[in-house]
Amino acid sequence: MSENKKKDTPEQEAFRQYCREWLADNVPEAPPFKPLKSGAEVATEEHLAYYGAWQKSAYDAGLVGCDYPIEYGGGGKTRCQSVANQEMLKAKTPIMPGAIGLGMAAPTIYFHGSEELKRRLLPKLFSCEEIWCQGFSEPGAGSDLASVQTFAERKGDKWIINGHKVWTSTAQFATWMILLARTEKSDKYNGLTYFVVPIKSELGKSVTVRPLIKITGETGFNEEIFDNLEIDDAYRLDDVGKGWQVAMTTLAHERGAGPMTTPASGGQGITERKETGVREFGLLKLAQTCMRNGSAAIDDPVIRDKVMSMLIRQVGIKQHRRLRSVAGLADYQRLALQDKLLSTEYLQEAAAVALEVEGVAGTLSNFDEKAPDNGKWPLAYLSSFGSTIAAGTSEIQRNILGERVLGLDKSK
Amino acid sequence: MSGSTQRAQQPKNFGFDADALALKDVAAKLFQDNLPIHTLHALVANDSDLQNGFVCHWDEELWKKVVDLGWLMVAVPERLGGMQMSAVAVASLVEQVGQAAMPGPLVPTLGACYILDACGTDNADAALSLIASGHSFSYGASNQHGSWEHDASELTFEEGKLSGTLYFVQDAQKVDYFLINAKLDGETTLIVVPANLPGLTIQPDTILDLTRDQASLKFDQAEIEESQIVSIPGKAIEAMNTALPALLTLVCADMCGAAEWQLQTTAEYARTRKQFDRNLGFFQAVKHPLADFMVAIDLARSHLYNAVCAIDHEAGSAEQFARMAKSAANDAAGFGSKKSVQLHGGIGFTWESAVHIYLKRQLHSQTLWGDAAYQRQKLAELILGTS
Repeated sequence: MSENKKKDTPEQEAFRQYCREWLADNVPEAPPFKPLKSGAEVATEEHLAYYGAWQKSAYDAGLVGCDYPIEYGGGGKTRCQSVANQEMLKAKTPIMPGAIGLGMAAPTIYFHGSEELKRRLLPKLFSCEEIWCQGFSEPGAGSDLASVQTFAERKGDKWIINGHKVWTSTAQFATWMILLARTEKSDKYNGLTYFVVPIKSELGKSVTVRPLIKITGETGFNEEIFDNLEIDDAYRLDDVGKGWQVAMTTLAHERGAGPMTTPASGGQGITERKETGVREFGLLKLAQTCMRNGSAAIDDPVIRDKVMSMLIRQVGIKQHRRLRSVAGLADYQRLALQDKLLSTEYLQEAAAVALEVEGVAGTLSNFDEKAPDNGKWPLAYLSSFGSTIAAGTSEIQRNILGERVLGLDKSK
Repeated sequence: MSGSTQRAQQPKNFGFDADALALKDVAAKLFQDNLPIHTLHALVANDSDLQNGFVCHWDEELWKKVVDLGWLMVAVPERLGGMQMSAVAVASLVEQVGQAAMPGPLVPTLGACYILDACGTDNADAALSLIASGHSFSYGASNQHGSWEHDASELTFEEGKLSGTLYFVQDAQKVDYFLINAKLDGETTLIVVPANLPGLTIQPDTILDLTRDQASLKFDQAEIEESQIVSIPGKAIEAMNTALPALLTLVCADMCGAAEWQLQTTAEYARTRKQFDRNLGFFQAVKHPLADFMVAIDLARSHLYNAVCAIDHEAGSAEQFARMAKSAANDAAGFGSKKSVQLHGGIGFTWESAVHIYLKRQLHSQTLWGDAAYQRQKLAELILGTS
């Protein structure tokens, strides 16, 4: 902490002190359910009520949107959001449900929206009175995002929108969507335009939101059918045909690489994690408990080899993050670009090894009380595909590495 | 094993400092100037006929430069005239050696330093002083089955005389001295002998790797002085266990460097070679394995620096991390060597291409101190407390 103080500007230092004092009295009681770890997990009205109230109270206290101008509902400060985030995390606060709004919609509206849109939309976004979702992916446009077909047709001062968006987290609660739509069929990249659109209430009634059920049986994201949604031209961000450039602002902030720091809280319900030795490796413990051919699975040399391989990979990923910042020894960019591929593929492979260790007991879902480790491994395996597919599939990650680091020709 | 309290004391940057960086930069420059790939090819692959036995090729002029730069003494303690650099610095030097695939007994000599340092005797110190003054060493211990266990040697030392054979000794035709492992009254003992010891015959193996040499050492009643014994009675295996993490990581560093050459060379080929009117790298069947190879290399390097940092700061965990590093290095080298030849297509299958030189160096390195499955077996024994 003394380290932070050294680096703080006078404004940050005073704000840090303010945050600490406010947080000392205002971190809410734990919810009646198991605390969620990210905004993407918000699934019920009960969740929304609890976390929405927290975001509102943090916003009212000035801990959300601190770096945005006051006229847009922000705090008018300079580089103070990261201070608020650090202090909220330290105070073990609940997560905030408006993550897509805070992390993706807000900076995009701020950099590309009209004065009127900024004044009208940002305050309620920060306060969580209005929830936002992201309408990018479509059934026919996943990795190849620029091929979106949802069409916005100009009719005077209005746009008529028709199409189909998918994989939309929190759309069930959202009243607004950031939307990438096609306005020109003959030009792939320059034929895109970016809008903010209402998807609920009277304004958005021609949008149908349906839950998509994940491979795990859980809900969490949605699809939206646009059937002649009519919106005012005032809902457009930036120029017609500039949608791709605007989308880059959104994606840069999604990756944490944009100029605005995303308001983020969390830490609630997380107990101090001790640095555990390798003996505490979850897969190892599982293999010592599960039986195979009359003795512990870990006694099987093939299983043992696989468990050790996974342990080595897990330790390696930690060291990989350590190595990337060592100047003279590693190329930061080269290693940082590998992180998503490395960590998501590891989780998938480790879960697959766990299923192998469990044998037939791995058939039991997390809803069966006989399941080893409360059925976390089958669920982890199924869920892992979310990570290897979302936000740039593993295949796209390999393209990025080959092209940006090794200088190979673009595959398209 | 990995005490959490100790971890906290580790430098976040592995202890990679300005001295280490300078050493690395000098090495990179030396090889750039003296051992570009066509020079290496001409040096080691001039003759493709292995039928008449193996010829040991190395550039003794370059070796003199290596000795003059003091690289033999980087791991020798200061009190004996050495530079006593960190294991981290040594690893980053050896990465450059691997990247250049330099023929010469640097890695065996550095390995001997760690063993001798762990012996902690006046005789061992005398041997370290020999290294500090530019003499090269190689360690020999294996039986004919290629065992890596510290008590596997079948060489006997009785009544002042050595009898028997040591197998798979690295760079045996290049070094000045051998550090050998023998049984004295059944007890493992470490002894230093000059390469020209009467009664010692060096019998070269014919090996695939063109950048190394390897031999059996046959001892026929070779006479040894008391002063040549460098280990404390009953403590030789302990010394070997202390040195083992360094022995493993030296090979890992060489492999990581060689793998980087394989990656860069194959990527360069994929950027320029055209088929179907496209540069090869356009095709994902080429691009994706290269990306995977890069990830594997960087994972192996992460383990390498974690392990050498442990040697410097957290000795209790060093073996565990070094085993992990060798496993990761072998996985990266196995995958990448295969891809480096395959993705070069027809030219990759020729003697004229340089990729086979590195493929063979990697195949050789993969076996040294045990393959990946062996490391994972040993790691499991360390963690589970069984053997």
